[in-house]
Amino acid sequence: METFIAIYIFILAAFTGYEVISKVPVILHTPMMSGSNFIHGIVLVGAMIALGFAETNLEKTIGFIGVFLAAGNALGGYVATERMLEMFKSSKKDAQ
Amino acid sequence: MLNSEIIIQVCYLIAAIVFILGLKRMSSPTTARLGIVWAGGGMLLATAATFFTPGMANIELIIIAIAIGGGLAWMTAKKVAMTDMPQMIALYNGMGGGAAAAIAAVEMFKVHELEISVEILAIIGGIIGAISFSGSIIAFGKLQGIIKGSFRFKGQNLLNLLIMLLLILISITTLMDFELMKNPVVAVFIIALVFGIAMTLPIGGADMPVVISLYNALTGLAVGFEGYVLQNYAMIIAGTVVGAAGTLLTQLMAKAMNRSLGNVLFSGFGDQSISVEGDSENQGEMKPIESSDASIMMAFAQKVIIIPGYGMAVAQAQQKVWEFSQLLIERGVDVKFAIHPVARRMPGHMNVLLAEAGVPYDLIYDAEEINQEFKNCDVALVIGANDVVNPVARTDPSSPIYGMPILDADYSANIIVVKRGQGAGFSGIQNSLFFLDNTKMLYGDGKEVAANLVQTIKEL
Repeated sequence: METFIAIYIFILAAFTGYEVISKVPVILHTPMMSGSNFIHGIVLVGAMIALGFAETNLEKTIGFIGVFLAAGNALGGYVATERMLEMFKSSKKDAQ
Repeated sequence: MLNSEIIIQVCYLIAAIVFILGLKRMSSPTTARLGIVWAGGGMLLATAATFFTPGMANIELIIIAIAIGGGLAWMTAKKVAMTDMPQMIALYNGMGGGAAAAIAAVEMFKVHELEISVEILAIIGGIIGAISFSGSIIAFGKLQGIIKGSFRFKGQNLLNLLIMLLLILISITTLMDFELMKNPVVAVFIIALVFGIAMTLPIGGADMPVVISLYNALTGLAVGFEGYVLQNYAMIIAGTVVGAAGTLLTQLMAKAMNRSLGNVLFSGFGDQSISVEGDSENQGEMKPIESSDASIMMAFAQKVIIIPGYGMAVAQAQQKVWEFSQLLIERGVDVKFAIHPVARRMPGHMNVLLAEAGVPYDLIYDAEEINQEFKNCDVALVIGANDVVNPVARTDPSSPIYGMPILDADYSANIIVVKRGQGAGFSGIQNSLFFLDNTKMLYGDGKEVAANLVQTIKEL
């Protein structure tokens, strides 16, 4: 049963991803790619769990590398996206 | 379920919702900034909650790893120039893929018994993550200029196919004898890493954005699969959403470049080395213009459309160009920026560079939005763009870029092309726009030319 629930979630999430991005204007493609890159930084949570329950030294080492990489994905992705998006200004706003 | 577990699950649920809402907000320029802040809040919440998972150990190790990895990424992302953003996205994305592979490895090395469905998804997610990891690093190296040229030889696709078959074969053996031997697990990851490198090395720099976008989608998918392994729904949802969104984004990018994804991955066009034997001699002469004449022409025009390209970004001329545009706007000239989807390295990258220079986004138009306007435009100012304004894409079926959507600058009454020299463009194709009667060439470095234009218009 768990497996089927997971499959339903996969399918619904896939449609959501497709829908959410389908109306993106070209000017936002690069920030959008960076933003979605940030969102799969949630892998950090998984890496933390993997390391948190690691027992042997081998598991700990790989887990440590995992958390290290995942933190890079999340933080780097956030800062890069934020820096790009904070520059988008409207000329109308400036006039106010 | 323990009380603390319920709270953690609620945090994950909120994070998943906020990610989707954040992505949605990121799809419009007015709300985009808030979108990333929301998503960031969700990430913070999910990460904080995970620390309280019952039974968690190695907390110090986790904090150290986050501090080092996150700190390094934070510093590099703060420092990097906007022009280098695409390769940094590739790098951070590769790290995510590597993390997914690491999760798979830890779970597979653990002694506990795994269900067969979990085993399969763990190994598939791990393979995809590892490919994305090594592939993204090669992409980073290529865009950063660390890896030069492309490595291509006969039978390369066949070799890649063989590597892939080997990978599948070893994965299946690993799954069958899972409890008996752990060594094949190591082999699977090594071959996956090699495959990512072999896939990416032959691809030329111009095609790299599409590849990075593809790896972004793959990392998302890998994260979703590892989420299933860990029974973590936030990971399943966020990973799958990115997987699907990234796939669509990859298709949009490939389409904007008039290529199919297969074409990008398995043939070598996105490379400078291709030389096209052209009838360049018979197209007449390019007519030069002085910058003073050019600025007078634009100062007394009604409508000027500026087409920035790769060359402008290389010359770092965007600030000067915007300064010049502001002077034109003060004189009552209708100034618009027309951006081709693949200007610079990624769709939208040029918009980011213009935004950095201070150009408001409502002056910036897509090819589709502005192409009709060239007919009643007095001057089209082309700065460092070449192939994207080449009319042969419309007229000459024998040209390699035939069919690619272009900006119809040739319809405008006058065209001024700012260019360093007389050479051909990125694709090596001669540009017939440069030889039109109403085209004038303004030779020089983009930044100097723009500074001269500013100077001369101030003296008017």
